[in-house]
Amino acid sequence: MSIDPLIRFSTDGHVTLMIAHVEIGQGILTAVAQIAADELDINFTRILVERADTERTPTASYTSGSNSIQIIGSAFRQAAADARHLLLAKAAAALQAPVESLRLTDGTITDGEKETTYWALQGDQLFGETELGVGQPKSSEEYTLVGQPIPRLDLPAKIAGTPSFVHDLCLPDMVHGRVIRPPTYASTLESIDENTAASLPGVIAVVRDGSFLGVLAEREEQAEKAAEALRQNARWHVQPLPAYESLYTDLLAKTSQDFLVVDGVPQDGPVPPIETPANAVQTLEATYRKPYHMHAALGPAAAAALWQDEHLNVWSHTQGVYPLRGSLASALDLDDNQVRVQHLEGPGCYGHNGADDVALDAALLARARPGRPVLLKWSRADEHGWEAYGSAMLVKTQASLDEHGQICDWNHDAWSYTHSSRPRPMAGASNLLAARYREKPLPPPTPKPGKGSHGGIHRNADPLYAFARRRVVKHFVPDSPLHTSALRGLGAVGNVFAIESFMDELATAIKADPIEFRLRHLDDPRARAVIEAAAQEANWRSGRRGNGQGRGQGLGFAQYKNAKCYVAVVFDVEVDTASGQIHLTNTAIAGDAGQIINPDGLANQLEGGVLQAASWTLKEQVHYGPDGVTSRDWDTYPVLRFAEIPPVSVKLLDQPGAPSLGSGEATQGPTPAAIANAVFDAVGVRLREMPFTPERVKAALTQPQ
Amino acid sequence: MTATIELKVNGQNHHLDVDPDAPLLLILRNNLGLKAAKFGCGLEQCGACKILVDGQAVPSCATPLSAVANADITTLEGLGTPANLHPLQRAFLAEQAAQCGYCTAGLIITAKALLDKNLQPSRAEICEALDAHICRCGTHNRIICAIQRAASEMAR
Ligand code: FES
Ligand code: FES
Repeated sequence: MSIDPLIRFSTDGHVTLMIAHVEIGQGILTAVAQIAADELDINFTRILVERADTERTPTASYTSGSNSIQIIGSAFRQAAADARHLLLAKAAAALQAPVESLRLTDGTITDGEKETTYWALQGDQLFGETELGVGQPKSSEEYTLVGQPIPRLDLPAKIAGTPSFVHDLCLPDMVHGRVIRPPTYASTLESIDENTAASLPGVIAVVRDGSFLGVLAEREEQAEKAAEALRQNARWHVQPLPAYESLYTDLLAKTSQDFLVVDGVPQDGPVPPIETPANAVQTLEATYRKPYHMHAALGPAAAAALWQDEHLNVWSHTQGVYPLRGSLASALDLDDNQVRVQHLEGPGCYGHNGADDVALDAALLARARPGRPVLLKWSRADEHGWEAYGSAMLVKTQASLDEHGQICDWNHDAWSYTHSSRPRPMAGASNLLAARYREKPLPPPTPKPGKGSHGGIHRNADPLYAFARRRVVKHFVPDSPLHTSALRGLGAVGNVFAIESFMDELATAIKADPIEFRLRHLDDPRARAVIEAAAQEANWRSGRRGNGQGRGQGLGFAQYKNAKCYVAVVFDVEVDTASGQIHLTNTAIAGDAGQIINPDGLANQLEGGVLQAASWTLKEQVHYGPDGVTSRDWDTYPVLRFAEIPPVSVKLLDQPGAPSLGSGEATQGPTPAAIANAVFDAVGVRLREMPFTPERVKAALTQPQ
Repeated sequence: MTATIELKVNGQNHHLDVDPDAPLLLILRNNLGLKAAKFGCGLEQCGACKILVDGQAVPSCATPLSAVANADITTLEGLGTPANLHPLQRAFLAEQAAQCGYCTAGLIITAKALLDKNLQPSRAEICEALDAHICRCGTHNRIICAIQRAASEMAR
């Protein structure tokens, strides 16, 4: 074990953190810097951060699953505490004073008379092999930076507009690439007249490899024009997609692999049938639907690649430089050490989008012109049409109430496609998009059901509530018509939407206040506290729901993966019954992420997550038809605009001394439920299918419930 | 197919030998190295590429170069520099009004055009002005606060 892979000192009074996890707009670099500076007792301004790079930073997997702060936060805390301990020991020797007599301020160590510094003691030397855990990390009372709203390290450059993203990269002799995709996933390229594009000004190469088609040009606008010419010219053998209208019937009709989920973990073996208990006095059931959603990053995916001397260098906004390196190497039949992946930031990704796929595209184009770096950007239509979507989902719930109004039986059956197809090195297959189109194709691997705790489909399927009996079932359907992978929250979006809507339906059935009804079933004091805090923040109007005369209030709650950040959200809405429009008039969020590292960053994440999920809930669905995905821009895939955004207040419940909990995805499930519940409160109708478009609202208002 | 085009950007004149049909955004980014304006859609739907043309905030992604040959163009780089930020940039920093920051440059440009006309915009007026912008990270409220903060600072 060594400190060196994580922390480097330098003679000029800086400390560099080698952070293999990546900034995706969540503020992770700043949070880690706060932790390290606190443990080292140095001013925050001394910290420099080195970005993920397979030749510089330690091996790490993906920055995903709201895991970063827990994994690397504690690694850096311990490494920094160890470094501090070792340097104090060195100082004691140098000053010939007992360690206990030393005082440490901003890297300067004194015994009252003589002094030395980290920079003098360590310079830019490495520590070498050291014992892990020799230093005692500080207690929460000793922190001066952790817990403070320190401004983000990366924002000054972005706000000044200086180059910050892969898209802004400018390498000597760089050329520009574009790719031309087929109409649908399984379509093949029948014919293409490459000359029409090849003869255009500035075109360097038309690259065709099976059904993979791309072009390189000296200038970006030339690459655009050439790509358009190729697009016009390409003849595809189209394998149609199924009809959008049969999305949910297909999902239910297909053969599924079924697992009983116990304590958040899928079990092998038979799934028991639903049995209504003898003490049931009332049984309710409902079905909830969530369509495919997009990450829809504001900037389409981009990557740069340089092929030189049998080595490939890639600059990417991937969430994992190491997994991407391995995946590129295995897709291109290279050794890992022939590939280097360096991270540069991209637009917010919210999960696994096209960032990795565009890297293989760029690599394939770069290989056509060794020695010249290629910058490849997807178009808006590429991004909307070819990213890996958040999977559609259908959840059936059935629950019974006993004579005391307690839930005595709970059933939750969730059907969905895979939520995880991130690229990994594999033989004979590849999850990188272009691989399947090449002359020697590597097909995508057959999706497998995740068996881990709170994995994809069953993430948050198991409610935190205390029920006398529960039966939670995951129905994994392997063959999605659309390419799907991890989108912020994964299965928690559909599961919590169902659970928290159904809790409201049950409360309504016995004329109970929905919060009071939840608290009756909730033992965890931190869960209760966030619900109560959100209610207070929102001026919760107690009582039964459904008669708000156009105005309503609703709550949604979850603890992400039953292990991470606790979140309760309250929405106030107004529903215009004539137009079917839902107006979000106010939002209150309460969150408990354990010990808070940076309250401003945490509040920004929680609010951003709620607003993104509100956009999914009211507006978003990926449309497709036989000719492919038809949601190809912001008109055909509308999202919430500024005028539709409610004011948001965020209440944070700090837990000094408790572990910090990942929060980036915690709001995604509670939000749709809170809005659905508020709409019910306003106009007495239940919306059980996202998105809640005006047409759906009007249809619900005219249907008997 | 290239022509010599004169372009005035951030107070400087440039003579460029380029395709007059090329989108202004690509010329700003690739010829002049001004990377603040971003490509988001190329369809005038998202606002990421906004710049000022004679004081008006316009999307540069679908504006052909030939259309702005005699215009006065300002990009975010022309509003402020890292060492000398524009009050709007200072306000965005003070409010930490970004997550990924990909939308930021375009928003500040539109906010500048708004504040030039209306130094005390209401929340509704700000939202209306930003209607052609998308922030996918959900930073909207902070962005609105930043514009209000800049407005009150500039009014002083
Ligand atoms: S890139 Fe110009 S409006 Fe989207
Ligand atoms: S901060 Fe990411 S799009 Fe606005």
